[in-house]
Amino acid sequence: MKTAVIVFPASNCDRDAKVALEKISGRDCLMVWHGETTLPPVDFVVVPGGFSYGDYLRSGAIAARSPIMRDVIKKANDGLPVAGFCNGFQVLTESGLLPGALMRNKGLRFVCRPQTLTITNSDSMYTKAYKDKKEITMPIAHFDGNYYADEETLGMLKKNNQIIFKYKDNPNGSVNDIAGISNAAGNVLGMMPHPERAIDNIHGGTDGLNLFKSVLEAIR
Amino acid sequence: MNAKVQITPEIVAEHGLSEDEYEIICDRLGRTPNINELGIFSVMWSEHCSYKSSRRHLGKLLTKGTRVIQGPGENAGVIDVDDGDVIIFKMESHNHPSYIEPYQGAATGVGGIMRDVFTMGARPIANMNALRFGDPDHWKTKTLVAGVVHGIGGYGNCVGVPTVGGETNFHAGYNGNILVNAMCVGLAKKNKVFYSAAKGVGNPLFYVGSKTGRDGIHGATMASAEFDDDSDVKRPTVQVGDPFTEKLLIEACLELMATDAIIAIQDMGAAGLTSSAIEMADKGGVGIRMNLDKVPQREPDMTPYEMMLSESQERMLMVLKPGKEKIAYKIFKKWDLDVAQIGKTTDTGRLVLTHNRKKVCDIPIAPLADDAPNLDRPYTKPVKRDILEHDVMFDPTKRGSDYNTALKTLLSSPDIASKRWIWEQYDRTVMGDTIDSSQSGGDAAIVRIHGTNKAVAISTDCTPRYCTADPFEGGKQAVAETWRNITCTGAQPIAITDCLNFGNPERPEIMGQFVYAINGINEACRALDYPVVSGNVSLYNETNGQAIPPTPAIGGVGLISDINKTATIGKAKAGDTLILIGETKGWLGASLYAHFVLGMDKPDSPIYAPPPVDLTAEKANGDYVRRLIRDRRVSAVHDLSDGGLAITAVEMAFANNMGVALSKNSEIPLYAWLFGEDQGRYLLCVDEYSVNPIISTAKSLGITAKAVGKIGGDRVQCGDAFDISLSDAHMIHEEWLPNYMAT
Repeated sequence: MKTAVIVFPASNCDRDAKVALEKISGRDCLMVWHGETTLPPVDFVVVPGGFSYGDYLRSGAIAARSPIMRDVIKKANDGLPVAGFCNGFQVLTESGLLPGALMRNKGLRFVCRPQTLTITNSDSMYTKAYKDKKEITMPIAHFDGNYYADEETLGMLKKNNQIIFKYKDNPNGSVNDIAGISNAAGNVLGMMPHPERAIDNIHGGTDGLNLFKSVLEAIR
Repeated sequence: MNAKVQITPEIVAEHGLSEDEYEIICDRLGRTPNINELGIFSVMWSEHCSYKSSRRHLGKLLTKGTRVIQGPGENAGVIDVDDGDVIIFKMESHNHPSYIEPYQGAATGVGGIMRDVFTMGARPIANMNALRFGDPDHWKTKTLVAGVVHGIGGYGNCVGVPTVGGETNFHAGYNGNILVNAMCVGLAKKNKVFYSAAKGVGNPLFYVGSKTGRDGIHGATMASAEFDDDSDVKRPTVQVGDPFTEKLLIEACLELMATDAIIAIQDMGAAGLTSSAIEMADKGGVGIRMNLDKVPQREPDMTPYEMMLSESQERMLMVLKPGKEKIAYKIFKKWDLDVAQIGKTTDTGRLVLTHNRKKVCDIPIAPLADDAPNLDRPYTKPVKRDILEHDVMFDPTKRGSDYNTALKTLLSSPDIASKRWIWEQYDRTVMGDTIDSSQSGGDAAIVRIHGTNKAVAISTDCTPRYCTADPFEGGKQAVAETWRNITCTGAQPIAITDCLNFGNPERPEIMGQFVYAINGINEACRALDYPVVSGNVSLYNETNGQAIPPTPAIGGVGLISDINKTATIGKAKAGDTLILIGETKGWLGASLYAHFVLGMDKPDSPIYAPPPVDLTAEKANGDYVRRLIRDRRVSAVHDLSDGGLAITAVEMAFANNMGVALSKNSEIPLYAWLFGEDQGRYLLCVDEYSVNPIISTAKSLGITAKAVGKIGGDRVQCGDAFDISLSDAHMIHEEWLPNYMAT
């Protein structure tokens, strides 16, 4: 599997994503600068966490309009697997690849903790490797993770099985406890939790590994 | 200000310069200074930049050791952690700004300390902090807690460096003057460490980072004066932080450092462009010529005075090798940062500034450093305190209360109560190398050295109530506690950074606290072979003549050579025996039990001697515990500190989500055995087969070791004394801070 991570100014989970992708794929992961206009030929792209452009407008809003995103959007619409974690999820909603929006946490505070998630769609290209496992834990670390979508969109997400992960003990006020969703085609994933921070025994758990393994198996 | 301003005695006084100091300036210049020159001397000779009250005492400290590559005097200290890796670290205060504007004050404190570390070529890998707030009931405390925590998180989270640990105290002594001490730990290669000494003649001087604005002018002078009720009018001298730019600056600097372009580099911290330029020139024995028209400016019509004294954040000054200018321009443009060549090095030994084609400053550099005041302030020896003897009336059951209540009182006391509300606002796991953080409730944070099997253990400590009672013992204890906390992970403690927060040094009793605390720190450093490699002094922490408790915060760093041979507070197994290492006498003076259960925390309460630190026992006990951890003989470790054995055991229970049962086997009164704060002690969890060997080996080494209970079940209890369900105890411990912040 050939992989790439997009690097925006003040992405800060780009290295973590690279470490995870290299661990799973066994190959070098390409780091693609936001100012580039064309993605290299890869099988999977991660839009990493961080504070792209300082999140000084809405989180992810400026990054969504950077040159490389035009090509990411185009190729994602053509079926390229693209996953956004944390700030990456915000970039994907701002770019229109995923529906809904991420607002300030209900508690109005940044929250970092190990978070238990329920896998609500075990059949997606991002969750197949979890098999029968329904509950996983990985860190969250965000200020703007309060997912919102209107009733009609929520109905569509449910109908198409686009809700991939839900929170147990909702930490941020997300509607329907939503932690991660996919697009209708299933190739684009956005989630607030950090699977790339749960891939090593020192992390206190390795529940993130199967997400990357699922992609690896899906594109084989 | 205009260069034609007439220098009057009032203007000299406004700049915090004494008449004597002004005379020296006139003498060295052979004329009266203009306003720009006066401003430059003023900040360079401020307490903050010149250490004029503290310098002669700091000189006593142990600063050398086998792993020390760079001690105090650079932007941060550098220690060798093998395999060509070095750790670069420092702790610094940002007290005054944080009191005036808590969010920006704390945020820029974090930003400033990170710059000190990456200036030297290190990628920051961990942030820590030590916070002291006023009485929870003081009207301003809650706002300050909320703002400071938000500021620390806002900056560190955005830059993407994990904030892995720290400590927080509340005490009325900080009502008018909180302490925000931030520490940063970075990782570099031994052959890629950068220093600040400018070298050569005609080499280009580069300015990179943010533009210069009018913020923070004379911040260093503010940090060198006392507060009064009008301090809020100083708000414009608080700088505003931009973590986004800091992140770009880190990446851009590290990218340039990977090339061979930099001769010297220095961040613009306190006293901004002035102090960075002068320190670089002075250390390298060269002169500097700058054209201020080239300085990137945020606002129009800035004067030379404003540009030289601005403390705008996220700026760096570099001397490059000739011919490398293009590389610098290319990298900094890529990261959308301002970059400009603003001058060059000269052989004149002078700082010459031009503005609008006129010379606006021409002063010799050597006197700014060499002739800086080095005061021998008078000081008095701190009062010797009585020992608080055991008294049958200290038994809670003799006071119309019981042990359950005493335990609950301590668990919910502000200093012991869970700080989850604080550390959940800090990203502790970014960078993927955090092994242990505040989350575990353990003793030291553990952060892996990326891509290796090694890790660093980090701890920040100080017990202000001990320092108040006895600055010498308090100073010793602060050092010993970091050493102990680091030892609890199995790490070898290597070196410390000190952040010395005191009141007005012009008062002999405050100067006495400072001098004796330094002596205590030094004694502990020497006994433990644990040198000081960096630090900062913050004086004048007073409001309306009321000084803070003496607070020498210590940040310690240790090395774990194999991350498979560590311990934490967690990972105990049900049924494990608790072994107490170290001698227990039941010391109650200056303990939290005395303060919160016996009611000795009132302003007029008598002050008793704090627990002394026996450094010989400290070292023997710690070395033994470390050996047991490395031999994987223990499942969990926690040091004994605030609240003594009872609190330590209950914290261990929380971390393992299991109950604990203590059983006393000592002649000491129960209350003293449970809550005494004797130093140099550890609580270990060990399996049944290891109990006897560990105790008998300890005996052969002359170390006190006793089985004191077991971990397991779902109650925290001690014989007939206390018995509470684990979940109740946990709730009491967890709910104080969120409840406080919510009201």
